[in-house]
Amino acid sequence: MNKSFCSTIPASAITPEPIYRRRRELLQLLGLSAVGLATGCHSETPPAAATAETIPGANLNIARKLDTAVGETQTRYKDATHYNNYYEFGTGKGDPAENSGRFLAKPWSVEIAGHAEVTGRLTLEDILKAHALEERIYRMRCVEGWSMVIPWVGFPLGDLLKRCKPTAQAKYVAFTTANRPREMPGLSYPVLDWPYREGLRIDEAMQPLAILAVGMYGHELPNQNGAPLRLVVPWKYGFKGIKSIVKIEFTETQPKTTWNDAGASEYGFYSNVNPDVDHPRWSQKTERRISGDGFNLFGNRIETKPFNGYADQVASMYSGMDLRKYF
Amino acid sequence: MKLFRDRIAAFKPLVFLLCLLPLALLAWNTLHGTLGADPVAQLEHRSGDWALRLLLATLAITPLRRLTGWTKATRFRRMLGLFAFFYVTVHLTIYLVVDLGGFWSQLLTEIAKRPYITLGFTAWLLLIPLALTSTNAMMRRLGRNWQRLHKVVYLIAVLGVLHFLWLVKADHREPAIYLGVLLVLFLLRLPKLAALPRRILSAALPTQKT
Repeated sequence: MNKSFCSTIPASAITPEPIYRRRRELLQLLGLSAVGLATGCHSETPPAAATAETIPGANLNIARKLDTAVGETQTRYKDATHYNNYYEFGTGKGDPAENSGRFLAKPWSVEIAGHAEVTGRLTLEDILKAHALEERIYRMRCVEGWSMVIPWVGFPLGDLLKRCKPTAQAKYVAFTTANRPREMPGLSYPVLDWPYREGLRIDEAMQPLAILAVGMYGHELPNQNGAPLRLVVPWKYGFKGIKSIVKIEFTETQPKTTWNDAGASEYGFYSNVNPDVDHPRWSQKTERRISGDGFNLFGNRIETKPFNGYADQVASMYSGMDLRKYF
Repeated sequence: MKLFRDRIAAFKPLVFLLCLLPLALLAWNTLHGTLGADPVAQLEHRSGDWALRLLLATLAITPLRRLTGWTKATRFRRMLGLFAFFYVTVHLTIYLVVDLGGFWSQLLTEIAKRPYITLGFTAWLLLIPLALTSTNAMMRRLGRNWQRLHKVVYLIAVLGVLHFLWLVKADHREPAIYLGVLLVLFLLRLPKLAALPRRILSAALPTQKT
């Protein structure tokens, strides 16, 4: 199960096994599993370890690994890709997986704008060729009160930002999601003020834990998880992790962000995970962890940690700030 | 010898089983692990959905009777009401035992501090006396007061819909449907509107005569 993302596999040396598994999944998708039965291949019930999901998308070449959730059970691929908040594809948790099939994540380019020496349009290939991909196993805490453990594949956001040579006026970084009504059916309803926007203070953006992810579970990101390029900031609530980024802008003032605009009293600009500052309508003291291979009904609730357990690395950025005011 | 007093009595076991169907499906999905990534949230949402639906179905009986003249509809009302109470109880039990399990200290602050939980919990508390006084004996004993007491169901329905509206993050379309249905059911109870179908009928009848 873990083979695909526990070792460094060059893209050129993809083992036949994933191909085989993928083909089988395709057959199943096409409803052809009955063919297998007819040809006597019905003893195919995979061994326990192989019930592990077949992961679509190209295998990624991973240079380094960092597990920040040692001892915590990873969320299943199926759960991490079928329980999503990506309102551009619908507000139900299953909507993104269901409605993102038409989204074109290739070709892709990102506009770099604002207070930097290097601005303009960068293709995804331009961006990626300068960075070695790393696997980062992070906790992901949703503001709604549930959490996952996900192995992302990406590179530090700061590395890209430094390439753009931000000027002294660059105090914040603003991000924008793709806005393509034809490919994103959720955009037809103004549940939020589209396009989705997020932002970070520049020091937060430069913090090495903040990454731009292009993959998860060793493979390219599926559309519903923000393909082809998304932000992951593990010490903040999940909605800060803006998906399918088309624009990165260096700004002097704090940028407007979508959820903050939708409800400033409920969703702060910082939105650092904080068990001591409740959402006005629900508690943030604990969270329901979505993880494990089995079906767990009981014992999923765990205590939420300050900065989602990354306080040692990030708390100093906020020293002297009243975290109740700047929540 | 007749098994049932009449047709309505014969239909009651069927309605009873239909009301149990959502619970059976929940149990089936639970046992087969097919509740999705966050099974606890699924259990909460689906039990809550059915609690609200049955509550609204209970409130729909009177307008239905007035509109259609089918007076026997009233005989299903108690069962629907009790099932609404049953699903609210299931909903609350899942929240308390399965979701909050192990974090009991959080319980009281949750009920006191979370407006939507306060509303939902109040609705459940208010349903208890209604369920307890739903027997024929209690109806006889309470007489006119029974009706007064059971008017609380309007408040309960409002609390239930607000409970749903308040917990939603941004997309209010689904709870808005419940609110819409509730408003229609309230409007149909206004004396003028309630009399409307009869007036339309009586207005139509003389023209037929001429």
